Amino acid sequence: MSTTAPGRAALPSVARVSRTRAGVELKEFFRQRESVVFTLVFPVILLLGLGAVLDYDLGSGVDFPQYFMAGVIAAGIVGASLQNMAIHIAGERSDGTLKALAGSPMPKTAYFVGKVAQVVAVTIATIVLLLVVGVLVFGIDLPTGADWVTFAWVTVLGAAACTLLGIAVSSLARNSRSASATVTPIALVLEFISGVFMPFDQVPGWLQDVAAVFPVKWLAQGLRSVFLPDALAAREPAGSWELVTVAVVLGIWCVLGLLLCVRTFRWQDR
Amino acid sequence: MVRAEGGDCSLVQKDSLLPTTRQLAAGPVGEPVDPEAAISIRGLVKRYGDRTAVDGLDLDIRRGEIFALLGPNGAGKTTTVEICEGYRDRDAGEVRVLGVDPARGGRRWKAELGIVLQSGAGDSQLSVRELLSAQASYYADPRDPDEVLELVGLTEKAGARGRTLSGGQRRRLDVALGIVGRPRLLFLDEPTTGFDPEARRQFWALIRSLRELGTTMLLTTHYLDEAEELADRVGVIAHGQLAEVAVPTALGGRGTAPAVVSWTEGGARRTAETATPTAFVAELAARFPGEVPDLAVSRPTLEDVYLKMIGDRS
Repeated sequence: MSTTAPGRAALPSVARVSRTRAGVELKEFFRQRESVVFTLVFPVILLLGLGAVLDYDLGSGVDFPQYFMAGVIAAGIVGASLQNMAIHIAGERSDGTLKALAGSPMPKTAYFVGKVAQVVAVTIATIVLLLVVGVLVFGIDLPTGADWVTFAWVTVLGAAACTLLGIAVSSLARNSRSASATVTPIALVLEFISGVFMPFDQVPGWLQDVAAVFPVKWLAQGLRSVFLPDALAAREPAGSWELVTVAVVLGIWCVLGLLLCVRTFRWQDR
Repeated sequence: MVRAEGGDCSLVQKDSLLPTTRQLAAGPVGEPVDPEAAISIRGLVKRYGDRTAVDGLDLDIRRGEIFALLGPNGAGKTTTVEICEGYRDRDAGEVRVLGVDPARGGRRWKAELGIVLQSGAGDSQLSVRELLSAQASYYADPRDPDEVLELVGLTEKAGARGRTLSGGQRRRLDVALGIVGRPRLLFLDEPTTGFDPEARRQFWALIRSLRELGTTMLLTTHYLDEAEELADRVGVIAHGQLAEVAVPTALGGRGTAPAVVSWTEGGARRTAETATPTAFVAELAARFPGEVPDLAVSRPTLEDVYLKMIGDRS
């Protein structure tokens, strides 16, 4: 039996525990068939289904699959971050996983680092999968030059805002099923009014204004600037891609989401 | 509580290491918190709205002992334990767990504790060994996960996913997760609920082997036989206060209460209450040529005194 504190070995560093947690989170996600199908495969099915059925001509030689590429990637990012976090953290809270972790000497930072690692991995997997299917099945034009840079920062900002909001929303739900029942319809509605499934200029004006409050619209708009020729910027509400506004609004949602997380996050059920 | 002085001590073997029964009867009222104790609680109060869940509770748990906390649902058991574990804050009173106030316990303090929650560790896609390795990685000086698996009897299930285990196996996994960090103090909250009798006995053997390793344990349970089997001392909580603390054989004056002798004579069941069962049985033996038919001598069971105790106070 060892005696009190002095001679005892040092606790593992936050970085080391974070690496462990990242490994745990990746296994938890990719080994669960439901989450893989729901988050990774569902956007691909949407792309294949809607891409085959819908036949818009948006002008400037842009067909529906090229337009939808931006939208379905936005939906994929929302699924990998907002929905994934809200549903799984609510589940971990209701089944006691979070409580057990809170009672252990795991640094709490490490838990969130693990979640971020999971979102990054799932987001990248979703995007790669969608791009491969888009190119092979629909002959999508990939972004060129500086568009890749825009693609990267819009994705990072959008995923960050949605991750933080997902973590915050998880505290409102009683368990993963109620989280899923709440957050899935909300995400779908936001996607519909944000021009994910149809050209944004076909959304009624007042709904466009509602959508403009939320991050999904700006995420989708930023991604349209990546996948569509600049000629189509004229069909956006402001007549341009408004990339500065995209960055500012997504940034504000990151700050808001972080504040909400700090105020609402609980390690156990009440 | 009425208590016979200097009664028959033959049933109270474990008492030799402990203070006198008189000191044990009440909580350690009036003394300051003891930082050397595994757990030391003075005047603990916790309210939920209008309801007072814990109402001035005093308790000391010594290092190295197994202490069982008994009490009906809603008596304040879980609240008290969760305050000690650092999960809940308190409204009044002093608490020291391994010398530290749980409300201010950091990582280093948590690394000295093992917690087996009532709810278990939750669902996971990880294998038993992966779960244990991850848990071990949070601690400074963990046990070898494979040794822990051996100790709890889950070696054959090392590669199985957590959610494919049976109820008893899951509970053993919970204990494995609780002890892999080499805790000095282990909390066990209703560890054997839902076990079949055989699984329960295996579990008890596991707890005894942990005692050999010097782990202090605070056990809450609804099973009085479990408390009697495992605990050095038991405490009964009723209405947010500690009704009594004693060794299991002495709780509620059990050790010195009249014994009940029963036998069959002339085709009828006879019973007698006596303070001197040995003399009584000797007398009885003289009346019969051979064996006394259907002879039985019993003291009140732990359950009898427990039910009386919580009944008296409600």
